[in-house]
Amino acid sequence: MSTAPIAATPPEQLQSVVFDATLEGRIRELLSRYPTTRAALLPVLWLCQERYGWISPGVVRAVAERLGESPATVDGVVTFYTMFYTSPPARYVLQVCETLSCAVCGGAELLHHLEKRLGVKAGEKTADGLFQIVGVQCLGACGSAPVVQVNDDYYENLTLERLDALLDELAGRS
Amino acid sequence: MEPVLLRARGVPDSRAVDTYLSAGGYQGLRKALLLGPDAVTKEVLDSDLRGRGGAGFPTGRKWTFVPKDHPGPRYLICNADESEPGTFKDREIIEHDPHMVLEGIAIASYAIRANTAYIYIRGEFVRWARILEQAIAEARARGFLGPDVLGSGYGLDIWVHRGAGAYICGEETALIESIEGKRGFPRLKPPFPAVVGVFGKPTVVNNVETLACVPHIIERGAAWFASIGRPKNTGPKLFCVSGHVRRPGVVELPLGVTFREIIEEHCGGIRDGHTLKAFFPGGSSAPVMTAAEVDVRADFDACAEAGTMLGSGGVIVLDDSVDMVGAAANLAHFYAHESCGQCTPCREGSDWCMDILDRILDGRGRAEDPETLLRICRFASQGMTICPLGDAFALPISSIVKKFHEELESAIRRAAPRPQSKLPVLPWNGPRPGFGA
Ligand SMILES: Cc1cc2nc3c(=O)[nH]c(=O)nc-3n(C[C@H](O)[C@H](O)[C@H](O)COP(=O)(O)O)c2cc1C
Ligand code: SF4
Ligand code: FES
Repeated sequence: MSTAPIAATPPEQLQSVVFDATLEGRIRELLSRYPTTRAALLPVLWLCQERYGWISPGVVRAVAERLGESPATVDGVVTFYTMFYTSPPARYVLQVCETLSCAVCGGAELLHHLEKRLGVKAGEKTADGLFQIVGVQCLGACGSAPVVQVNDDYYENLTLERLDALLDELAGRS
Repeated sequence: MEPVLLRARGVPDSRAVDTYLSAGGYQGLRKALLLGPDAVTKEVLDSDLRGRGGAGFPTGRKWTFVPKDHPGPRYLICNADESEPGTFKDREIIEHDPHMVLEGIAIASYAIRANTAYIYIRGEFVRWARILEQAIAEARARGFLGPDVLGSGYGLDIWVHRGAGAYICGEETALIESIEGKRGFPRLKPPFPAVVGVFGKPTVVNNVETLACVPHIIERGAAWFASIGRPKNTGPKLFCVSGHVRRPGVVELPLGVTFREIIEEHCGGIRDGHTLKAFFPGGSSAPVMTAAEVDVRADFDACAEAGTMLGSGGVIVLDDSVDMVGAAANLAHFYAHESCGQCTPCREGSDWCMDILDRILDGRGRAEDPETLLRICRFASQGMTICPLGDAFALPISSIVKKFHEELESAIRRAAPRPQSKLPVLPWNGPRPGFGA
């Protein structure tokens, strides 16, 4: 398995956002699934995050305009959920599960090891923008603790050695 | 027990529709369409199937709450949020047998006369959302879904709706708000979703595992299903076993086996050199059990009698290396992070418990802390909040305070921080820069 990196569009290119025909086509398809326009908000935000890497204020305005909501409404939803990035993420976001089953099966060691190896604290990005560590809550994979999610992919039953090998591989590829 | 829900685990290419068909798949749906909606509901009622999402509510009964004479659309929602700590069974079903879930959704939707169903899946489960989408496309191509299901004239669309990171969206009314494109703020009940649900229409919310039982009930009959397990606690159940057992994972057993059997016979027992100290029987929101309570039966009623909950069937096993104050603090962090913030007792209470427990771990405990913790927990439960998340944090914490009182007292007496290496607690980072709230 190889995890695809996130390519975040730089903030200056996301100040005023116009959806291209592909994106617009997919938005229209999403709208057909629900009886209200508002219900397409989460799927449209996911679509934008896939395309741009994160949800900038410009993206919020464009989504609001497209769905006929106020930017404040859209922003309120974006910030309620933990998975929408409101600033450009690193290429690889290392989401370390902090909850009980992982914590008692080596999750704490993984997190401390990552902080030491990358020289940044949980919540921060490395200077080269390659890695970002995030502590997250139970990922629903507790039987194979400890678990780290990297971008979209789960890495389970991790040991320090396997985590190091993974980081080497990801760093080598970028 | 012959595997029912996990029969596809280990079968090559188990997710493909043809594999499912060759195992007898979609026969339940065929039969349901011949029986008619009311007979389907009757069969599920007779099976005594109870919801596998946490509350154990009788599934057939829930379906009968949908008003028959309602003129407009109704909806079925499959809850694949799988957010209760210690729970990882729905993912196992989807990984090996997505069509079993789709068939269950189709039969349930038909029973309540819904023409649209949504699968709400947690945002982190990207792989499993894709698996479901692929299975839906296959099922549609074969006529099991779409405008005319198997030529019966009944139409059904199923859409996958991804969450975006919020434990509370597993709670059915928060989930409904989330589908409507809002923040996941639970609604006051009543009205119950079966009457006023998503888009203001009658809606049934059922868990993945609950729905996966349905095709088997229709195909093999209510009596067959009810012959597994114990009276009023019928059928096979997936137990998710995590923590300090030799072989953690998902096991399928009849309801009513004991926790000792689950832990010792099916998960290899506690890891070498250690003994069982405590376990959460049904996800982290259930009151904790001690090693002395391991012979309790794992079913809804036996757990309730023992003062705990079967919940989602997430058995979190802790051995004698675990500091129970640390475990309580870890869970307090979780609930403080996940409280949606609408109700004061839950928002402030979970945070306050977290602060007190962290302070105790820091070597700055106070004699009155146990009493304060219990008081906060009392204030956040028993109907003082909009949704049961108040109880969900109060029950595990207050049960640890009561059942591990001496350990808590000695932690309070210790005037030095616990060595960091011993802590199962990780830092909760608070609001994360760039990561929303
Ligand atoms: C805080 C909270 C979290 C919940 N999380 C889930 C969940 O992740 N999955 C689930 O199926 N039910 C969850 N539930 C239970 C649902 O509200 C609902 O009862 C369930 O989906 C109904 O399905 P069932 O009748 O098939 O069990 C949760 C409840 C609460 C209060
Ligand atoms: S009990 Fe907690 S999670 Fe539930 S509605 Fe109130 S504040 Fe939100
Ligand atoms: S506790 Fe880490 S995945 Fe559940």
